[in-house]
Amino acid sequence: MSTHRVRDRAAPPALERPGVVWALPGLLFFLVFAVAPMAGVLYLSFTHWDGLSSPQFTGAENWSRFFGDSQVWQSTLVTGVLLVGNIVVQAPVSILLGVWSAGHQRNRAVLSAVFFLPLLLSTAATAIMWRQLLDPNFGLPSKVAWLFGTNPLGTQKGGIACLVLVTSWQFVPFHSLLYQGAARAIPHTLYQAAAIDGAGRVRQFFHITLPQLRNTTITSTIFMVVGGLTAFDIVLLLTNGGPGTDTSILPFSMYQTAFRTYDYGYASAIASFLLLLATAASVLLTKLSGFDKMTSTLEGL
Amino acid sequence: MNKVSRRWFLTATAATTLSVTVAGCGNSGSSSTSPTGNVDFWMLQDPTNTVSQAEVDSFNKGGKGRVTMTVIATDGYKDKLRTAMGSAKMPGMFFNWGGGSLDDYVKAGKLVELDGMLGTHFLPSALEAGKVDDKLVGIPCRGTQPVFLFYNKKVFTDAGVQPPKTYADLQNLVKVFKGKDITPFALAGSASSSWTELMWLEYLVDRIGGPGVFWRIQDGDWSKWSDPAVLRAAGMIKDLVDSGAFGKNFGSVNYGSGGTSTLLNKGKAAMVLMGSWEYATQQGEAPDFAKNGLGYVPFPSVEGGKGDAKNVVGNPTNYISVTTSAAEDTAAEFLKTTYSDAYVQGLIEKGEVPVTTNAGQLLAKAPDPAYAKFQYDLVQNAPTFTQSWDQALGLTLGTPLLTEIQKLFNGQSSPQQFVSAVLAIKK
Repeated sequence: MSTHRVRDRAAPPALERPGVVWALPGLLFFLVFAVAPMAGVLYLSFTHWDGLSSPQFTGAENWSRFFGDSQVWQSTLVTGVLLVGNIVVQAPVSILLGVWSAGHQRNRAVLSAVFFLPLLLSTAATAIMWRQLLDPNFGLPSKVAWLFGTNPLGTQKGGIACLVLVTSWQFVPFHSLLYQGAARAIPHTLYQAAAIDGAGRVRQFFHITLPQLRNTTITSTIFMVVGGLTAFDIVLLLTNGGPGTDTSILPFSMYQTAFRTYDYGYASAIASFLLLLATAASVLLTKLSGFDKMTSTLEGL
Repeated sequence: MNKVSRRWFLTATAATTLSVTVAGCGNSGSSSTSPTGNVDFWMLQDPTNTVSQAEVDSFNKGGKGRVTMTVIATDGYKDKLRTAMGSAKMPGMFFNWGGGSLDDYVKAGKLVELDGMLGTHFLPSALEAGKVDDKLVGIPCRGTQPVFLFYNKKVFTDAGVQPPKTYADLQNLVKVFKGKDITPFALAGSASSSWTELMWLEYLVDRIGGPGVFWRIQDGDWSKWSDPAVLRAAGMIKDLVDSGAFGKNFGSVNYGSGGTSTLLNKGKAAMVLMGSWEYATQQGEAPDFAKNGLGYVPFPSVEGGKGDAKNVVGNPTNYISVTTSAAEDTAAEFLKTTYSDAYVQGLIEKGEVPVTTNAGQLLAKAPDPAYAKFQYDLVQNAPTFTQSWDQALGLTLGTPLLTEIQKLFNGQSSPQQFVSAVLAIKK
């Protein structure tokens, strides 16, 4: 795409879309820092590389090992369970909290500020704090065993539940913030009209608020899916994939393979698979939700 | 293509960490070709750094070339080293754990074989892990770290019992302490601490089948995992777990402060199997307990086992290795400082028990001479000193092994399943 053509086509300025040149800096960045490393990883997945000598081409060896590796499939399953668990827990709480905090009373502003505090903490700090709180001998479980069971981090179910709990604790404020903004943007006339028609608060919520939040819901869910697929720090610091390999998710397996056992070739295979999975999930989500059409929720107003 | 993708990968993953650490060394860093013969020396961060730094300073005054010491935090040390060793910014000398961790570097032709004469200044059992294929590539630079049983003296006095001498004693003590609602053995079984579980397997296999079982595995005969001693030891571990020897919560307990060490000094647990550094950990967390309440005995014998009850497992010591990028004369000259009286005495004052032949007579200056002497004698009298398996095997094999051991302790795999899973690690 030459610059001449762009200049020619840019003659009627207000009507035409901007030329591809505008996208060039971003595209270049994307090529150098995203596409090229991805291609590198894909190549490495066909090699054996210990990080010291040069990679040796081994053909599909890593991949045949990959498809026979029960650990990978378990990790995929755990990744999926965590993903769904996070959405199921976070989405309703965030919507309710967000809509509630969109109000204007004074106490809401103060309480909202308190609710949003976890968002300010880094995942590392959050994980370490919860680790201490969940310690079976000196933490909460030793004091209120009926609530936590004796050792929440010591079983697979408990470990996954803790991961969902802590992730939600940290990220519900973020999603609530999105919903708060969106809920504030809903025109008041809609509620006034509904009130005249005799709709109560619950009906208003389900028939006005929720449909109006559709685009925000999709955005927030995409964030959760992408974040869920690449979540790593919380697993590393809270459970370290344990007990055993029970809470080992795909990114964690990849890290373990690459930087603990120095099997960069096989780790690249896991990384490529993760890339595929994330792309598929993101495409599927945009297609299913009609997000790509970007229809307005305010049509007819 | 090889070179290009490799550089890509390095740039993407490690450039940031590297540039930080390497930039810290200043100009005198990787100047292997410089005529003055400078050597960059990577050291692990810990309290003995001041002792090493004093040696470096006095060496640099001698004018035989300069050594620049870079101190690197424990977390991520191995990763940083690995990345640096695969790049052009390789250090000239570096601290390491010996054994399998050096194998890959030797195979990749990165290490220099050291003069055998250096070895005569150290206890032979400690030198072993500094050799790869019988070639000396690591020189001891720290104290020895044998593993043995620590116990809470008060808990034992209250219960009116003695520390175990045999495995039968040990089983009996499990019953006694369980009856008193005290965890018999504190154990750190969280996924990041499973190396503490490994210690149990190391000692049991050693006591039952003798040290030869693991030595053959270490020498490359992976099929030796099917030795009956391994299965029997795994079975004993299952019995210990089932009988409540480690309590119920060990699966999410960490090593150290807030974990096993706290359980021991608070009297919630009676004993812990740990390396000699437990003393320092207790000193940091509960100085009074370290001084008056902490007892220590060797691991008990196992009735009918082939292994000598005097055998020891653990980390013989740590090592310094020299890479091909170092100015060889300077490095060779500097390595002599590791057995100088000043250096050995410095280590002793920091609570370490060095493995040099001249350490014995200097031990009286240790902060706790009785404890230092216990360790020195334990190692001196041990017919064999088996290096921690994960260190001996290197991370490639050691990491999956630790995972399988954790599954055994958690009851996710039976002793038989454990053996077949470990056999499958290396096909």
